[in-house]
Amino acid sequence: MSEQGRVITYADAGVEALRDEMRRNDSIVYIGQGIGPRGGNFRQTRGLWKEFGDDRLRDTGICELGATGAAIGAAMAGTRTVVDEVFLDFALEAITQIVQQAANISYMSNGKIKAPVVIRGAMGSVRSAGAHHSHTFYNWFANTPGLKVVLPATPYDLKGLFKTALRDPGPVAVIEHKSLYNTKGIVPEEEYLIPFGDARIVRAGNDLTIVAMSRMVDLAAKAAAALAEQGVSAEVLDPRTIVPLDRHKITTSIKKTGRLVVIDESPSYCSFAGELLAIAVEDCFDELHVSPKRICSLPVPNPFSPVLENQMIPTVDRIIGEVNDMMKQSRRRH
Amino acid sequence: MSERVLAEQISRELLLTYYKKLLELRLFELKVQELYRNGRLPGFVHLYVGEEAVAVGVCSHLESADLVFSTHRGHGHALAKGVPARVVLAELWGKVTGSSGGRGGSMHMYAPEYGFMGTNGIVGAPIPLATGAALSAKLRKQSQVVVCFFGDGAVNSGSFHEAVNLGAVWGLPVVYVCENNLYATEMALSRATKNTSVASRGAAYGMSGVEVDGQDVVAVHEAAQAAIQCARQGGGPTLIECKTYRYVGHHEGDPGTDYRTREEVQEWKQRDPVKLARKRLLDSGMADESELQSADQEVERLIDTAVEFADQSPEPSAESVNEHVF
Repeated sequence: MSEQGRVITYADAGVEALRDEMRRNDSIVYIGQGIGPRGGNFRQTRGLWKEFGDDRLRDTGICELGATGAAIGAAMAGTRTVVDEVFLDFALEAITQIVQQAANISYMSNGKIKAPVVIRGAMGSVRSAGAHHSHTFYNWFANTPGLKVVLPATPYDLKGLFKTALRDPGPVAVIEHKSLYNTKGIVPEEEYLIPFGDARIVRAGNDLTIVAMSRMVDLAAKAAAALAEQGVSAEVLDPRTIVPLDRHKITTSIKKTGRLVVIDESPSYCSFAGELLAIAVEDCFDELHVSPKRICSLPVPNPFSPVLENQMIPTVDRIIGEVNDMMKQSRRRH
Repeated sequence: MSERVLAEQISRELLLTYYKKLLELRLFELKVQELYRNGRLPGFVHLYVGEEAVAVGVCSHLESADLVFSTHRGHGHALAKGVPARVVLAELWGKVTGSSGGRGGSMHMYAPEYGFMGTNGIVGAPIPLATGAALSAKLRKQSQVVVCFFGDGAVNSGSFHEAVNLGAVWGLPVVYVCENNLYATEMALSRATKNTSVASRGAAYGMSGVEVDGQDVVAVHEAAQAAIQCARQGGGPTLIECKTYRYVGHHEGDPGTDYRTREEVQEWKQRDPVKLARKRLLDSGMADESELQSADQEVERLIDTAVEFADQSPEPSAESVNEHVF
């Protein structure tokens, strides 16, 4: 990370990526609700309308299906677009356009038509937003051939990954986390890009591998710090993009430590965490000391009550407890 | 406007061109039907038989750079936009020489090199896409026009409402062409909605809506000319409702007689777009029988050549299955 960076918020890091790229490429058009003069529900487009105006910051009424389809159609015709669903939950109104049209178009057209569109949305639970505003279904997108899926966990990663997404030839889902918008981190002012498919080693360690995405990365890092004090050396990895996935760095770590725990805010059944466990079994079977483990949200709609919501989502304490249980298990006999 | 008056405004050359194109669309689809029934073509096909005047009358006003978004019943739109019959047929055959190299088929064929932005397997989906392409054209400050075809089945979908509304409020260079063939698969429009005048819905979005006899290529020509000119000059979108009919079932394999009477089908066939154009050429003295017979033979040869080309084209290599996903 650059020494030149300033400390800014996750929301501002996204704004900076957009400002850079919209200056660099005057064909980029941003479509969404409240993204113009209002600057975005999460302040995620603050100041952009003033610089780029109505033509390029296009507020729409409440019409995710029409607006997302229009963003995809514009991209197919040669205009790079961003469509902001604001809450990722609202992408469900437009899912047919994302999955059936954007993700399929390159293949269906034999590579003749590309859709350089970024589908942006904020996921996850935050302060009792409840069942309609808290989904984390990025694993659905990852199961759709033709769609890239980006899950930035820090301001630095958001800027670098968003800029890469804005130069990618195809549709990219950039999925932020609502509770991260006000978090801060060091972000360089100068140009940098983070390639897709390059996992970040958040913390090096030898005893076990913890893989976490989005907001769960911070929980994993906190749990790893506490575990270190107890004498357990956890390596924490953040894939940063789950399509494409840095399978090599993840399996290298698992082979080194022999233990895998995945922290995923989605419910475990058919989750991305399940995919990582499958990869561990396929690629690292001989090196695994114990069965890999996933720590996920409970399979319930997001509750409103803070007590219930806290019960649903993985916590640092739960991670520490599960890891300690795992460390007590003896090694597999080979 | 009566057929007679319209006929006087259209040149012999143009009407003869229209006649040949209508016949090309008709014979192409009848050939596809035959090949499909003989088990030669994989997948599913929805044929355009009876609706040819809409595609031909609209697309004749489009430049090569203009864009067309089409439907599940889209072979005719592709041909009318200028995609060669052999390329369309090769795609229906799943051959490597097809417009999508065999990766698309009937409902997913794309030929952007001809401004053909695809048939579509999802009813309603092309309407937002076409609206976005028109936004792109407007922002690129090109005089490009986008035409979106869809059936009456699409007009009760959310896609229609949301996209047409955006096209109108943004004043985009797009023409929305509804091919009202009265049935969405088996569902009569009158059972699906209280207001069966699709054209009247234009007013709901603050745009003009025009109803046209979709069996008469000259009537479609007139309406499309005005709408496309308006779009090209920055006047925003128009909704055109073409009253038409498919002689065949919804898809090949559907007899199309469970939900409509044989009498109704026969009645529509009385105003067949190919026959109407032929009659107009003969009645007005623009062409004689022998000229039309040689035109017929020319089109028949074109279709025969397309069949030969597609039949002899190679299949894609199995190893290429992973190409072009991203």
